[in-house]
Amino acid sequence: MPGLGTSFGRGGATTAQQDLSNSDVILIMGSSMAENHPVGFQWVMEAREKGATVIHVDPRFTRTSAMSDIWVPLRAGSDIVFLGALIHHVLENNKYFHDYVVNYTNAPTILREDFRDTEDLDGLFSGWDAEKKQYDPETWLYEGAPSKNGGGSTPGHAPAGGGHGKDRGGEAQDTTKFHSDLTLQHPRCVFQVLKRHFSRYTPEMVERACGVPKEVFLKAAEAFTSASGPEKTGAICYAVGWTQHSKGVQIIRSAAILQLLLGNIGRPGGGILALRGHASIQGSTDVPTLYDILPGYIPMPFFNTGSNRLSDHIEKHKARTGLWSSFDKYLVSLLKAYYGDSATLENDFGFNWLPRVTGDHSHFGYWLDMADGKMDGLFVMGQNPAVGASNGRLERTALSKLKWLVVRDMVETETAAFWYASPEVARGELSPEKIATEVFLFPAAGTAEKDGTFTNTQRLLQFRNKGPEPPGDARGETWFIYHLGRRLKAKAREDQRPRNAGLNTLVWDYKLYGRYSEPSAEDILKEINGWTSADRKQIQHINDLKADGSTACGAWIYCGVFPEEGRNRANERDPKDLLGHGWGFAWPNDCRIIYNRASARPDGQPWSERKKLIWWDAAKQEWTGLDNPDYDKKTPPDAPSNIHQGTGVEALGGARPFTLHPDGVGWLYVASGLKDGPLPAHYEPLESLVSNPLYSQQDDPAADRKRRPDNPYANSPADPRYPYILSTYRLTEHHTAGGMTRTLSHLAELQPDLFTEVSPELAGELGLVHGEWATISTPRAKVQARVLITPRMRPLWVQGERVHQVGLPYHWGYLGRARGDVVNDLLVISEEPNVRIMETKALVCNIAPAPRSNRTLASRQLAEQRNQRA
Amino acid sequence: MSTTAFLTDSTLCIGCKACEVACKEWNDVPEDGLHWTGYSYDNTRKVGATTWRHVKFVENAPEPGFGGNAPELNTWSFSSDVCKHCEEAGCLEACPTGSIVRTEFGGVFVQPDVCNGCGYCVVSCPFGVVAKDSNDGRAFKCTFCYDRQKVGLKPACATACPTESIMFGAIDDLREKAKERVHTLHDRGMLDAQIYDPTDTSVGGIHAMFIVRGDPRAYNLPPKPEVPTIYLKPAWTSSAIASAALLLGTLAAFIGGRNGR
Repeated sequence: MPGLGTSFGRGGATTAQQDLSNSDVILIMGSSMAENHPVGFQWVMEAREKGATVIHVDPRFTRTSAMSDIWVPLRAGSDIVFLGALIHHVLENNKYFHDYVVNYTNAPTILREDFRDTEDLDGLFSGWDAEKKQYDPETWLYEGAPSKNGGGSTPGHAPAGGGHGKDRGGEAQDTTKFHSDLTLQHPRCVFQVLKRHFSRYTPEMVERACGVPKEVFLKAAEAFTSASGPEKTGAICYAVGWTQHSKGVQIIRSAAILQLLLGNIGRPGGGILALRGHASIQGSTDVPTLYDILPGYIPMPFFNTGSNRLSDHIEKHKARTGLWSSFDKYLVSLLKAYYGDSATLENDFGFNWLPRVTGDHSHFGYWLDMADGKMDGLFVMGQNPAVGASNGRLERTALSKLKWLVVRDMVETETAAFWYASPEVARGELSPEKIATEVFLFPAAGTAEKDGTFTNTQRLLQFRNKGPEPPGDARGETWFIYHLGRRLKAKAREDQRPRNAGLNTLVWDYKLYGRYSEPSAEDILKEINGWTSADRKQIQHINDLKADGSTACGAWIYCGVFPEEGRNRANERDPKDLLGHGWGFAWPNDCRIIYNRASARPDGQPWSERKKLIWWDAAKQEWTGLDNPDYDKKTPPDAPSNIHQGTGVEALGGARPFTLHPDGVGWLYVASGLKDGPLPAHYEPLESLVSNPLYSQQDDPAADRKRRPDNPYANSPADPRYPYILSTYRLTEHHTAGGMTRTLSHLAELQPDLFTEVSPELAGELGLVHGEWATISTPRAKVQARVLITPRMRPLWVQGERVHQVGLPYHWGYLGRARGDVVNDLLVISEEPNVRIMETKALVCNIAPAPRSNRTLASRQLAEQRNQRA
Repeated sequence: MSTTAFLTDSTLCIGCKACEVACKEWNDVPEDGLHWTGYSYDNTRKVGATTWRHVKFVENAPEPGFGGNAPELNTWSFSSDVCKHCEEAGCLEACPTGSIVRTEFGGVFVQPDVCNGCGYCVVSCPFGVVAKDSNDGRAFKCTFCYDRQKVGLKPACATACPTESIMFGAIDDLREKAKERVHTLHDRGMLDAQIYDPTDTSVGGIHAMFIVRGDPRAYNLPPKPEVPTIYLKPAWTSSAIASAALLLGTLAAFIGGRNGR
């Protein structure tokens, strides 16, 4: 999550859901929290019942809007205009929290003279290389800050990298050397640059670009920006309604800027809650399933960047000050966990046994390789891409190019059945007898049938104990991965070529239990927590990690979850307070609200009694309060900072709360690390009905379209064939691609069929009939859905034209009890530049009455359309 | 011991249907069938033999600037319907086999092993709750989680509700709570909020009260529910009068005939 990562230091929600009950205002945008996080939503309800104002900004009136005080419908994809206008409102009306902004953000920092803003370059920042389609961030740096070049490529902007390794931001420079103006008056200080940058984001522009009447915008703006200053706080909740855009990271950056200006980070009732879409999605980036980072957000080494020496990699990513000054300790301890005694100082702790990133190996990156026949085999676990991924036709067709496919799931998913049940087979594009892919379907244990941890949306690790044994041949992931690894190691032992050295040295000595010989999830959690290499004694704190190989640690951010033999803090269930201390373990160091040093004034006392969280106890000479301090416990508030020369966390002194940043403050402006700019600027979706009303730069210049014949786009702006906006989303009743819910009768019956939500006005124009079929089409596919006409969908006036939006939930597929067309077939594969996520919330489509015509005919028409364009 | 009750507060309901699913899971109630209805997000339609908790979705047109919690505009409301467990229960009175009994918690319970499927209860329920399962032939409805209450547990629906929209407790406490809550809502400007607890009709109060905004009929709550047996006295009286009149008329015809001859 580089949106949060670059702004604050960590790619995770800054607060806990329970803490929402302390908020005075809650802005929910890019999320239908009541529908997709109904359990956590109880805290929003609690805040509302205590008098907080709840604002929901969403193209549709959803179950979340139904619980809110203010609903603001806006055009899908115009979020940055809306948020930019909130920022503008704060700056123009002096509603920012002055003391917080001056002390805890980089607002006073002065930028270089040669930096050019979107205001100067009509939607681009300086440094754009039109040929390479990427930015050189040199001119974005702070004045006086030397640029940092390590290993050949510019850090943060390697073309093959995703953004997850760049969560810290600012790697391209030494951000500890800079000039600043605490009066915020210097024309090139970040504060003034912000003012100028957002000057066009006016209420009038919101009306024009978002379709939100000015008075409705001002009502929401007044309500939200009132939550600022010592006595009040406001929180923002978002989910994939923000991330799944071609500029998703910059939308989240806008929210980060807004919250920093209002002084709402690190304080009770404040924060930004990134609502994760599955039970352990936070966990899957902490101990990642991503290709470009190692556990704890440590960047993967890249091939061909001169990075074949550990010292180079460390030099490139280590910071002189702040928590990343211990980068070497985290990485060496990780290598010791992987390779044990084989990892020595002499062999760089096995650094060269790590694989190298050689290209875009994100989901779409390798899937396109698969479509081109470059891959032999694939493991699919806990995923159903035949239904859940964009451009389903391409995804399923690509599976037919594999030699083998392993699917592990609780049911036979559409992915496992692509070779006989997919629409491509029905249309005659694929035929089972011609598909050479050998498909292995392994039965998987359900959640209750295995031990393990979830790391939830608020960084909270919760261990769960196995209930019943899984039925039949079903097994948990630890069993499967362990035994797969064991067999691979056995094969590698017979082949001692250097390429197998990593496998041969990998420590795989888990103790096995039970009749199925399964490793224990607790043993694995102990290893993740970390231990001493010599005698495997559990370590207690991140500060105990060493760079000399004497400690081993699977993920440094999880240190402390298993601090001693027999104490699994993730499995503790004794909550002592509102924030839930005593129930599970929140990383880092069981802090429930991170950056909480900012909840106190620079002098260490709370900003106000009402909003106190942690404070300096002069008698005990330590930080104390209602949460564990996300700060060195013993550093007094008046400890001087020495960031220009000092080293380590100590150099930050006593009043710089954002300890992962070398300068210890929150970043309103991200000098490097984001591929599409240091500040958010509004760009239209890749497929849009309108021209960008702000700049002549139409869409995010750095987004990767992956344009190819089997991944066609509508023309943008304003393709007459596709005159409506399309958004896809989820419903409470189903889970993502539906493998776990459409198969269960008690859930399937609640939403048994695919439907499309349209306004009465659009239905009237097109003759759509409630309850009858409609066909929705994009350049990729056509799907049929039942028509649900509802006033909860409203046409909006955008740039003087009436704009209609079409809503489609995406849960259905061709297997299971409740079946329907695959909505994701409509989507195009595209990649946001920083995290390579696809755009699902704002595309264009057409909709017509009547069911999808004969499948073969539809596919022929589609082929014809493609040929015409080609 | 005070009897127990539900208080379902529609202003706190987020429409997640967890109550429906929890009820079905705990009580092993079969699927209704996969029918997409087009009634907002409601596909289980009504309380019946295979749906004992049912979330009703009441849609009105929203306006930009106003969420569902705005006092000015009642837009999209959800309310979880359930058997009312009437003090004077029509089903119980109509049941000829003694299958339907009142429990010590004040609930009305259908004993499936005694029910013979005659269906008298179905037509006698003033709320249209109890229904015959077409596959099974017997009548079914909410048990008030008698088995759970027996061991001191809350009913499954109230346990699953994430927002405490379904409250469960002693009936007197909940009646107090309901009054306070409606007070609060009125103070916030929601003058259309009201308690649904028909104590002044022949059902004599219910063990599943509701707080709703606007006309209760929109939530499938009849304004004046009556136990069918209250119509017996006037029905029998008018029958008696009619028979007497007929008798008298016949007699008169005979007498008159004689006179006319």
